[in-house]
Amino acid sequence: MIVEIGHYALVLALALALAGGTLPFWGALRGDVRLMAVASTTAVAQFLLVALSFAVLTYAYVVSDFSVQNVVENSHSLKPLLYKVSGVWGNHEGSMLLWVLILVLFGALVAMFSENLPLKLKALVLSVQSWISAAFLLFVLIASNPFLRLDPAPLQGRDLNPLLQDVGLAIHPPLLYLGYVGCSISFAFAIAALIDGRIDAAWARWVRPWTLTAWCFLTLGIAMGSYWAYYELGWGGWWFWDPVENASFMPWLAATALLHSAIVMEKREALKIWTILLAILTFSLSLLGTFLVRSGVLTSVHAFATDPTRGIFILCILCVFIGGAFSLFAARAGSLGQGGLFAPISREGALVLNNLLLTAACATVFVGTLYPLALEALTGEKISVGAPFFDMTFGPMMVPLLIAVPFGPFLAWKRGDIVAAGQRLLFAFGAAMTVVVIGLALMGTPSALALFGIALAVWLMVGALSEIGFRTKLGRVSLAESWRRGAGLPRSAWGTTVAHFGIGVTVLGIIASTAWNSETILTLKPGETVTVGSRVLTMDGFVPISGGTYTGTSVRFTVREGGNVVATMEPEKRLYSVQNMPTTEAAIKTFGFSQLYVSLGDISADGSTVVRVYWKTLVALIWLGALVMTAGGVLSLSDRRLRVGAPKPARRSVPLPAE
Amino acid sequence: MLLWIVMAVLTAAASLAVLIPLGRPPRAASAHAGAARSIYRDQLDELARDRERGLIGDAEADAARVEISRRLLNSDAPAPGDATGASPAYRIERLVALVAIPIVAIGTYLYVGAPQLADRPVASRQAEPAVEGSVDNLISKVEAHLAANPEDGRGWEVLAPIYMRLGRFDDAVRALGNAKRLLGSTADRESLYGEALTRASGNVVTEDARAAFDRALKFDPEDVRSRFFIAMSLGQAGRKDDAIAAWKALIASAPADAPWLSAAQAELAQFQPTATVTPAAPVAPGPTASDVAATAEQTPAERQQMIEGMVAGLAGKLEADPVDTTGWERLFRAYMVLGKPEAGKAALVRARALLAERPDLLAVVEQAAHDIGIGKD
Repeated sequence: MIVEIGHYALVLALALALAGGTLPFWGALRGDVRLMAVASTTAVAQFLLVALSFAVLTYAYVVSDFSVQNVVENSHSLKPLLYKVSGVWGNHEGSMLLWVLILVLFGALVAMFSENLPLKLKALVLSVQSWISAAFLLFVLIASNPFLRLDPAPLQGRDLNPLLQDVGLAIHPPLLYLGYVGCSISFAFAIAALIDGRIDAAWARWVRPWTLTAWCFLTLGIAMGSYWAYYELGWGGWWFWDPVENASFMPWLAATALLHSAIVMEKREALKIWTILLAILTFSLSLLGTFLVRSGVLTSVHAFATDPTRGIFILCILCVFIGGAFSLFAARAGSLGQGGLFAPISREGALVLNNLLLTAACATVFVGTLYPLALEALTGEKISVGAPFFDMTFGPMMVPLLIAVPFGPFLAWKRGDIVAAGQRLLFAFGAAMTVVVIGLALMGTPSALALFGIALAVWLMVGALSEIGFRTKLGRVSLAESWRRGAGLPRSAWGTTVAHFGIGVTVLGIIASTAWNSETILTLKPGETVTVGSRVLTMDGFVPISGGTYTGTSVRFTVREGGNVVATMEPEKRLYSVQNMPTTEAAIKTFGFSQLYVSLGDISADGSTVVRVYWKTLVALIWLGALVMTAGGVLSLSDRRLRVGAPKPARRSVPLPAE
Repeated sequence: MLLWIVMAVLTAAASLAVLIPLGRPPRAASAHAGAARSIYRDQLDELARDRERGLIGDAEADAARVEISRRLLNSDAPAPGDATGASPAYRIERLVALVAIPIVAIGTYLYVGAPQLADRPVASRQAEPAVEGSVDNLISKVEAHLAANPEDGRGWEVLAPIYMRLGRFDDAVRALGNAKRLLGSTADRESLYGEALTRASGNVVTEDARAAFDRALKFDPEDVRSRFFIAMSLGQAGRKDDAIAAWKALIASAPADAPWLSAAQAELAQFQPTATVTPAAPVAPGPTASDVAATAEQTPAERQQMIEGMVAGLAGKLEADPVDTTGWERLFRAYMVLGKPEAGKAALVRARALLAERPDLLAVVEQAAHDIGIGKD
């Protein structure tokens, strides 16, 4: 009975989404306040219903109810509890339900925490959101229903793909979806503004917290996914330019551009049309990502099932929403008013440059991802566009952007002084040059390119700090005075600094781990050793392991440095018996920010084992940088101005009368 | 019944989500103008702060102030569609809430849902009668039991023959290994273990299997299954005369109605084409738990078919992965056992083609073929 209640709640949510998409919309067009108020209650009710439905599915997984087809296909009664729960979204149907849950969650958040939003705008935003929910609820119910039942019910499930039985899976999709789906709010705001015909600085300020929130989650989700690929796939790589990775990276690039252009719109009311376009584009890319991943157009670990009807359904959703949005944009864009004026060299100009480069980079990734698919569809020819393409195109576009990043915050609004900004960045430039000179002296010219990358990273980090140093007059006034000034700076300024510093950290990690890594593949027998830099790994022997639905072998290594034991590492080979699928679990030890990475190949009967040992210099900085960027986003989100314009609600809403 | 009550409550709550705001007097709504004005005022303050911190020049700040002030003034102008005329009846809207939502929800649910099915959490199903279950279900029950009590030797022993019957030989090897460890060796366990190993490696009696049969014979020198497979291993090793002797001894000691008799005679016939083959014993009507899994039980035709299937599978695997030298060796041996030396010769030719670039591996394969006797005549 419980399972059926979850199923019914989902159906009811669809009915409410249809009502919530039409009634408030009608109300907004007629200027009817009561009808517009329906938007908030239906948004919250939709969320409660989908949450109930999701809870029921989770319950079915936890108690291993094998009368639910989805549970049979993706679970096993012996799986650890954590993976039973994460298995809920470790498959196509469940992950689409999570998608919808997050969609309606954002709707409910807008309904509950936007007291300062004009009622009409709010009603329009929530009806657009309801239309998106309705489309995806329909998709879930018709083409990928997780509540389908089996009768008679089997006594055991088929277990989850072992690669997905991992803590990474428990966290990565929800974070990424919060990011993906969060973009739907800026999209809904953009559409609402186009319908309403009113787009101004106030609008930009209302959208900002939602965009920023989505961006933070997207950043975390991508970083998490990259780290998961790094330790789970056992190849030591952290980014493969895999179409699925690109599908999440494109919305991130667009969202980053949107964040910056929205600042211009909010502060100076310029770039209106562009900002609206970016908001539509960002969510379109999110939808495209969902389509690519879920339709089975791409086969990868993410493509849980390949089913053409699903692909066509999502494609239809894609066409209706993106096509509709762009038509509306084309019809209305001309009527948007003129914004504030600015000179080319100015804060606005710097942000425009940022936007140009980010969108061009995004377009590059788009072409690199979709061109092979289009070519295969048209001519049947299969080509693979991989890292070399992106290194040649994406890389060169990022370099000028990264060089320009520290200049931005130093330029004044409307008209800036590039020379003065340059002077203020002399220290950062000096620091970067010092790194190059010292590096060349120590390592010689072969490392010149890597050193240039390191210098770029130092430039970014020191440049970001220089801005705060300049604003607080660090070194020119007493430390206490600098502290006072620093505390007085708006949080968004701190957010900018922290986020830009984070990019530097990530760049440093990328360059160092690419330039100074070592990879050793060899066959070892127990007792033999391998030397990696200053560290010596000794293979001690085999340990049988077993847990839940797998059995396997781990190999114990002792790591010594100068004769002292500094660590033990136990990479594993597992065999998941239900799906008869072997996996490797790499062992990773972090020294400072660098990592030693050991994974296993074949184990022969005589105990000789193929071992891959990687040394990755400063690799942890890649993900640490993403965390720092996110921290910058959160700081900016806490800025007081995002709360201003939120007149305190005159009175608490009275308890609802029982009707 | 409870299900329908809960569904009715949910539906009522959903309808209320639409009805309540319709029935509530309009609150002092924050109109666009008011909300926007407070933001513009804040922008003016912010501009002053930016000016103090040198984020914008004096002249530009003045220009910006003019821009913002102009917007502040404009925001007072009423925008089209901001009128708040309310139509208090809401007949259609109430109809949507009370009729359309329940109809859409119930209608869709009846189409996609399965209200008649009860929940079946696994914990409540251990007591379910086995009749419902297929063999798969029975196995999962025993497996679940063994996962919780891995030291239950009896459980492993019960499971092993079922695995054999299903062709899950690797699992059978594991189960019998556990049974031997927990319950101790017996002739029966050892010989079944040996058979599982043999079957797992494509009906080739491996060294491990041979050792198991030898152990079984120590417990019971008359153990038929062990003798059967040892005779088979002699044939596979090319010891033709020993094999003939072993088969003859086995057949001589067999009761006339032994189910494996015809299989043994068929084996013997490979070495002695003149030996008489008695017609296949009538096939037992259905498998029972007692007559599990011995090669001898199958009719010669079935057995031949199964072996040929395995050999074809092995040949296919080698096409894809020719560097597996032991695979080639097994393939040659299998063809010899099947009495198809010409197929073995063809396989050797194929190996030469596939391994043209790996002379080192090819040498191993050639040697194996030579030892087995392929390509001699």
